[in-house]
Parts: sequence; structure tokens; C-alpha cells
Amino acid sequence: MRALDRKLLRDLRRIWAQGLAIALVLACGLMVLVMADGTLRSLDETLRAYYERQRFADVFASATRVPDDIAPLIAGLDGVAQAETRIVGSAILDLPGMMEPASAKVISLPASGQPKLNLPLLRAGRLPDPLRPDEVLLMEPFAEANALPPGAGFDITLNGQRRTLTVTGHVLSPEFVYSIGPGSIMPDDRHFGIIWMNEASLAAATDLGGAFNDVTVALRREADPRKVIAALDHLLAPYGGTGAHARDRQTSHMFLNSEMEELGTIAISMPPIFLIVSAFLVNMVLGRLIRLERAQIGLLKAVGYSAREIGWHYLKLSIGIGVGGVLLGVASGWWAGHAMTQMYTEFFRFPWLIYVPGVRAIAWAVVLGLATVIIGALRAVAATVSLPPATAMSPPSPPVFRRGWIDSFGRVARLRQTSMMIARSILRWPGRAAITFFGVAASVAVLVSCFFIFDTMDLLMDEMFVQSNRQDVTLVLNQNKGLRAESDAATLPGVRRVEGGFALPVRLIHGASERLSTLQARGQGTELTQLLNEDGRVVSIPESGLVLPERLAERLGVTVGSQMQVALLAPPRETWTLSVSAVIRQSLGDEVHMSKEALFRLMRQDAQVNQLNLSVDPLALPRLMETAKATPVIAGLIYWPDVKGQIDATINESLRIMTVIFSTLGMLITLGVVYNAARIQLSERAHELATLRVLGFSRGEVGYVLVGEILLLAVLAIPVGWGLGYVFARAINTGFSTDIISMPFDIRPRSFAIAAGLVLVTATGSAFWVRRRLDHVDLVSALKQKE
Amino acid sequence: MQPIMQARAVTKVYKTGAVEVQALRGVDMSLDAGELVVLLGASGSGKSTLLNILGALDTPTSGEVRFKEHTLGTMTEAQLTNFRREHVGFVFQFYNLVPALTARENVALVTEIAQNPMRPEEALERVGLGPRMHHFPAELSGGEQQRVAIARAIAKRPELLLCDEPTGALDSATGVTVLEALVEVNRDLGAATVLITHNAAIRQIAHRVIHMADGQIAREEIIASPVPPSEVSW
Repeated sequence: MRALDRKLLRDLRRIWAQGLAIALVLACGLMVLVMADGTLRSLDETLRAYYERQRFADVFASATRVPDDIAPLIAGLDGVAQAETRIVGSAILDLPGMMEPASAKVISLPASGQPKLNLPLLRAGRLPDPLRPDEVLLMEPFAEANALPPGAGFDITLNGQRRTLTVTGHVLSPEFVYSIGPGSIMPDDRHFGIIWMNEASLAAATDLGGAFNDVTVALRREADPRKVIAALDHLLAPYGGTGAHARDRQTSHMFLNSEMEELGTIAISMPPIFLIVSAFLVNMVLGRLIRLERAQIGLLKAVGYSAREIGWHYLKLSIGIGVGGVLLGVASGWWAGHAMTQMYTEFFRFPWLIYVPGVRAIAWAVVLGLATVIIGALRAVAATVSLPPATAMSPPSPPVFRRGWIDSFGRVARLRQTSMMIARSILRWPGRAAITFFGVAASVAVLVSCFFIFDTMDLLMDEMFVQSNRQDVTLVLNQNKGLRAESDAATLPGVRRVEGGFALPVRLIHGASERLSTLQARGQGTELTQLLNEDGRVVSIPESGLVLPERLAERLGVTVGSQMQVALLAPPRETWTLSVSAVIRQSLGDEVHMSKEALFRLMRQDAQVNQLNLSVDPLALPRLMETAKATPVIAGLIYWPDVKGQIDATINESLRIMTVIFSTLGMLITLGVVYNAARIQLSERAHELATLRVLGFSRGEVGYVLVGEILLLAVLAIPVGWGLGYVFARAINTGFSTDIISMPFDIRPRSFAIAAGLVLVTATGSAFWVRRRLDHVDLVSALKQKE
Repeated sequence: MQPIMQARAVTKVYKTGAVEVQALRGVDMSLDAGELVVLLGASGSGKSTLLNILGALDTPTSGEVRFKEHTLGTMTEAQLTNFRREHVGFVFQFYNLVPALTARENVALVTEIAQNPMRPEEALERVGLGPRMHHFPAELSGGEQQRVAIARAIAKRPELLLCDEPTGALDSATGVTVLEALVEVNRDLGAATVLITHNAAIRQIAHRVIHMADGQIAREEIIASPVPPSEVSW
């Protein structure tokens, strides 16, 4: 091995700590890139394979009752590859050991056993015997959450009739990756499940013999879904069709999509932040490291090495560090991507996991990582190699300090000379100070843009559960009822207050834009459910006109005062032209609202309800639940504290992992920057610091000069980091908002404080770690050395 | 004897910030093959600047420097690199060894790129460091480090050996061993050697002494019978 290469290896070993710090910063950026890309691609691939193998349908429609002879007409529609009719019902379950009732969607299985579309994937047990009406399949997560293994029995109230069913098997379904109960917003495996039942048996229970109420359609490749939907709507309208929709309005797919969008936001917005920060820092820090080698570069030139040979030598040194960073980044990104994909796979209950880390992202990581270090090294080597060897080998001439405002400031503030050294050093080498400053600011920004999510979630939870939805229980009725239902409900055990609600499926049309939505009738002065205006304050429902959530209004292109069409997808099936009277903030869901009086006036009907919001005495809850289980008209029950708990748990789990990852990365950046800054300061100023010691300064006082500058810069950088963090957080927050959830935005002072605190502790720790080296500096030899 | 190195009207001006320092003010000198010349002068007299210019570590502000038939001023960067690589050996006051390399490897650093070098071991033997060649600089005394630097300088069999205060950082006993090594190398290899010192006693070992003051050559002195370093004391 050549002597120069040997020097290279030993140099790498000598500066391993600094090299590692640089590699870590670089690895942070690359890891996020590889992780985010890998996770996103893997989930996408897994979902695609799942949909394809289980033949997830393209178009979905429901109606009240459609005679079976319409089925061939649907199958014959232009663009339809396959159509499957079925019966879908809802049921209340009385599960052993559970106080509150659970609810379920019941779906028919064709007499042949397996459906043609939306194939349930058998995970345990067997399919029901077509001849046994009481045998059913259960959704696996629901069965597991409620300990209902194959062979177990449970009680169900279906269309007012109570019966006992036997579980024969557990399945997963592409249609219910995200299974959400009526009125709920999060999967709740304990309280909501899917049941597959033999068609004959379900038809008998729901009085749908010779008819169906649900159809799913697979399209031909070239088909235009909008045409099929229009044709389907036309066919089903006479039978109570509530509007066909494509996958984009299918609940499970929609939620899944919005989750993927959020992940995509992270995948797209986070890596550039980390990459830019780490590229910048690596570039600068490496440059300084090489500039320290000035004397050796001069020597190599003196003994006859050419500029190119010297450049190549230092390039190899940088590449050594770069390769370390790239390997670390790609490996940890690969690992983290797998862990994230696994987490999501379990969360969504995908039956399998396909991990496909993006080759392109990895290639990019390698190229970007190496380019970063190479450019950083080249800049530094070029600057040094261009010096005549004699100049390079002699100590750099003493830097020229100029008098300036700092002198008068120092006099006025009576700064000690050591403090003046710090101040002058910062002003004399603003570029050098900028690295430390920028690095610390970037760390703070990363942490702020990571912690803000908790604040925003708190605000979201507050808006959802404290301000908008204050009811304890919502009862979903299986049919529209007169207002008497409200007074009936008031007599249920423990009920303190009842507010009726009425929901109606609608299609909103404005110009060329259309959306399926739900129209909610609202009474004046309701207390249990409330609307919030754009500032988050409670507002009452205007006497006439439509109230739209911000995002929906934006999508439809309407503002207050706009006229738009509302097509009712349930009786009386009319289309009205209404004006928008208010736009509100609605974190969750995209239903539109209207005053109860105005709605029923337009419908020319007496006021009705199909859901009841209750405020309940907690002590009477068990009795209320018992009664609800035995009341046929109640199709579902939402217990809001449960919903909140469920959301809390889900958010906590996924956010915790993300927070740990990103805050670690944020702190690593500080560590890398501050450690290197301190080490380089120490080498550059060893002579000066040793002189101070010789002059009689204590270790602490000398340490102050070294650590003081870095910590001063860190403290100054914090407000800038806060500002940057705010900008990052805003950008991320916008990306987090999806069709379903419209994110409010909040960063609490506590988050700013924690971010600053973590970074300061890391910076102080790293600086003092280096300061310890001052204790070992041999004063005499440090003074003798030229540098 | 044919001079191998000649300097004509060489000046050098340094600019440090706003200050201009005239380091050399028109120096004329020549150097014969195999000659041992001591450059003597006070600190700031321009000795090191002249030496650096002779070794192409620095360029003159004006004037001409010739090595044999070549003019350094007209040479390209690559040619200058090659000139240093093949013909010049340097010894510095602070040794300038690469701390990450052992004594042998520091010498090998040069032998690996020179055309006709001696083996690193041989170079180290010549300065009496054969047994210490696997030590790192930090494990060697100052005198030993300087002798490694000399070994590194002579390993390429240079025609020109430039030494900038090689004993400046050493005590006198150690300094003597270093000077002995230099004299021996000068005698055995026939390299024209320029040795900077501000220690007047050392001048007795040279063939010729050039006294410098204020960036100029004040006077020259021929030493008829140089004494061995062991007889010099300071």
C-alpha cells in the first residue's frame, strides 16, 4: 500500500469521531429519503396487489329495494365488466361481556359461496354452509377484538329480530381495510364489524327476497366511470338509489387514500428539508476539516506531489466519510422503511406485506450523499492547493481584525477580554459562525415541525370532541321517525338531554364540479353538536341556505352568496337551487348543514329525525346500553368517549414512532454540527488557548472561550429555528389535510420550548465533551507548534 | 565549476492586509554543485524567503531564478512540481513530518513518486535511524524527527538540498547530530546544500557563508577549511 494511502486510512481513524459526526448528519437526510420512499412504495404496492387479487370493485351503489331482474341490465351496461348484486344490512350485536351494544354491517354471500368481486380472504376456519342459515363469516380484527373464534356463537338483532349466529371463519376484505362504523371516524374493532351471511338467510331477515339493495361493479379497462355511474344512477333511481360512486368515495378506500396522502406529504416534504440541511452542513464541516490540513497539503506540494494527486487524496478521505454516511443512511432508511411499512400493514390489517424499497431513492441517496461530500472537499482542497507551498506551510498570517461597533459595545457593556475574543471571532469569520448557527437553527426547526403535530392533534381533538361533538351517545335509527322519537328517547335511562338530527344523502353540483355528501338538518341553539366558524368560535345555523365546510367550498368553487344545486338522493328526490349562507371550519368529514326548519319546509314534510344525540348520566350508561340493544329501531350506537379513546390510541402509536425518529434526527444534526465546530475550533485555536493557559487563565476560563462562542451562536440560532420550524410546520400541516380531515393549525409555546431545550442540551453536551480535551493539551508543545 | 542554481536581481514583496513587507531587495547569488552554503542572518533578513524561492515553494516578485539551463519563472505548475519532486530536498525547522505515517512511511511518501530514489531504509540508515524506522513521529525525539526529515529530503538523491533552520528547534547536542547527518549527506551524495541559520557558530562547517541583512546579501565569506560539526559548539 502506498504511503499516501496509509496516511489516508490513519487519518480516517484519527478523525473518526468527527467523520462519524459528519456521516451521521449526512445519514439523517438520506435515511428519511430512503425510508419515506420505501414506505410509500411498499404500501402502494401492497394495496395494489391486495385490490387486484381480491378483485376490489370499481363502482359501488346502494338502493332501497331493487328487483333481481334489474341485475342483468346492470351487467349489460356499457363499460361494465362484471356486476354483483347483494344485500347489505345493519345489525346490533349483543356481545358477551360488553356493556354497550356493538354494531355490524351484514353482507350477503352468494349461494355459490365466494363472491365474484370484493373477495373476502379466508384467514381462519371455513366458509359458511349454504344450507345453514345461522352460519357466518366475521371480519378478522372484529373477531379477534371480541374473542369470537370459529365455532363461537353470538347474538344479533337484525331488522328487529334477535337471533343467534355461529362463526365459521375469519376473513379480511379489500372493501373494509378501514372499517368504520356509522357516524364514527376511526376504525373501532371492538364496536364495529362486518358479517358475511348466506344470501337466502339475509334476504329472509331483511324482507328482500327476489331483490337486492347493493351492487358493486368492475369496469372494463377503457370504461369511463362517470358514464357508468350516471347509467347506474338512472337505473336505480326508481328503486331508491342513493347515488353510485367510484372508489374515490368508497369509505375504506377514501380513508386509506387520505392516510397515504399524509404519508406522501411526509415522504415529499421531509427528505428535502433533511437533505438540504445535511448537504449544507457536510459540505461546510468537511471543508473546514480539510482546511486544517493546510500545512500537510503544503508539505505534499513541497516534496513534489501535484495538485491533482493531493486533491484526489483528500477526495478519497471525504469519500471515505461519505461512503460511511451513505451506507448508514441507506441501511437505516431501509430498516426504518421496513419497520414503518410493517407498522402500517398491521394497522390496516393488510393480509401480507410487500416491501419494495425504491431503487431510485437509494440511487439518489448514493449520488446525493457522495456529491455532497465531494463538492465540499473539492472546494476546500482547491482553496488550499492554490496556495504556494511556502505560504501553505507557514502559519496563516494573523487574521486582520478591524475596529467596529463591537468595540464600543464591548466598552459600554464592560465585556471581559475573553468575551471580546468570542465576539470578534464571530464577526471575523461570519461564514464559520453561520454553519453552527444554521445547523442549530435547522435542528430546532426540525424538532418544532415534529412536535407541532401533537399540538395540532390536541386542537383537532378539542374541536371535534369538546366543541363540535359534545354528546355522550349518538343513536342511529334504522328509519326516519317523527319528532316523537325525541321525547321517547328522553325517557331512556339516564338521558339528560336529547337533540334529534336528520341526515340525507345528496349530490352537490356547482358548474362542472360535483360531490357526494350528506346534508345534516340542524336545529337552532343545539348544545350537543355545534358548528365552528373559521376562527374556531361557535356559530348558530343561519335560518336559510347551505352551510359548507371550508375545504368542500373550495373544491366546489363556491363562496358565501354562491348559488348551487343540491340533488337529494333519497325521497323526495328533488333537485334544489340553494345559496351558500356560510362557510365553516369543520375538522372532520365533509357533510353540509342546513337549518331544520328550512329543510323540512323545502321538503314539504313534517320535521323528522334519523339520529338522536344524547347527553347521558354516566351512572345510568349500562342500563341505557341494555335498552338500546333491545330496541329494534336503533341501528347503531356511537359512544363518543370510546371514539375519542380510539383516536387517541391510534394517533399516539403512529405519532410516537415518527416523533422518536425525527427528534433523534434533529438532535443528531446538532450533535454533528456542534461537535465538529468545537473540534475544529480547538485545533484552529489550540495555540491561542494554550497561550491563555500560560498567561494564567484557568481551565474554566479558557473553556469559556471555546464553548462560549458555540453556545452563544446556539442561543442566537434558536429564534431563527423557531421561525423556520413554523414555516415547515405550516407546509406539513397543509399537506396533512385530506378529503376527510381538515387540519387546524397550532403550535403551543411548550413545543417551542421543548425543541429549544433539547437542542441546547445536545449542543452544551457536545461542546463540553470537546472542552474536556482542553485539559489534555500539552501547553509547551501547543505553544511550540506553528499551528 | 558550473553553478547549478543562479538567482539574478530577485525581489519579493509580501502584502499582509494593508502592510507591504519588502522581504528581498535584489538578491544575486549562485550555487555550485556539491557546495555547502550557510545563509546567515538575523530574523527577518530574508533567508527563508530566498530559500523558498530557490526551492520553487514561492515565486519572486521580480528577478530570475535558474536551475541549470531552466528558468523557474517560465516553468508551468506541473514542471515546478516535477522540479521539486526530482531535484530538491527540503528540511524544515519544525520537521513537517506527517504524523499519521511512521518514519519509514514518511520517507516512502517521497520515494514512491521520485524517479531514482534510494530505498527508504537506506535513507534512514544514512541518518542513523535504521532501528527507529517503524516509529511514528510522536514517538521520536526532536533530533530524531529532524533526521527523518533529512532522510526524506535525501531519499530522492536531490541535486539541491535546502534546509531552513534545521537545528533551530533542537538543543546543541542534538543539533550536532543533525548537522553531522547533513554534512555527511552533502559529502556522499554531492547535493548542493543551502543551510539557513541565525547561529553564527554553525557557519564554520560550510564551504561558503552568505550574510544577509534587510533582504540583501551583506557579504560573502569563503571558509577555507570547514570544521566537522562535532567541533562546533554553541
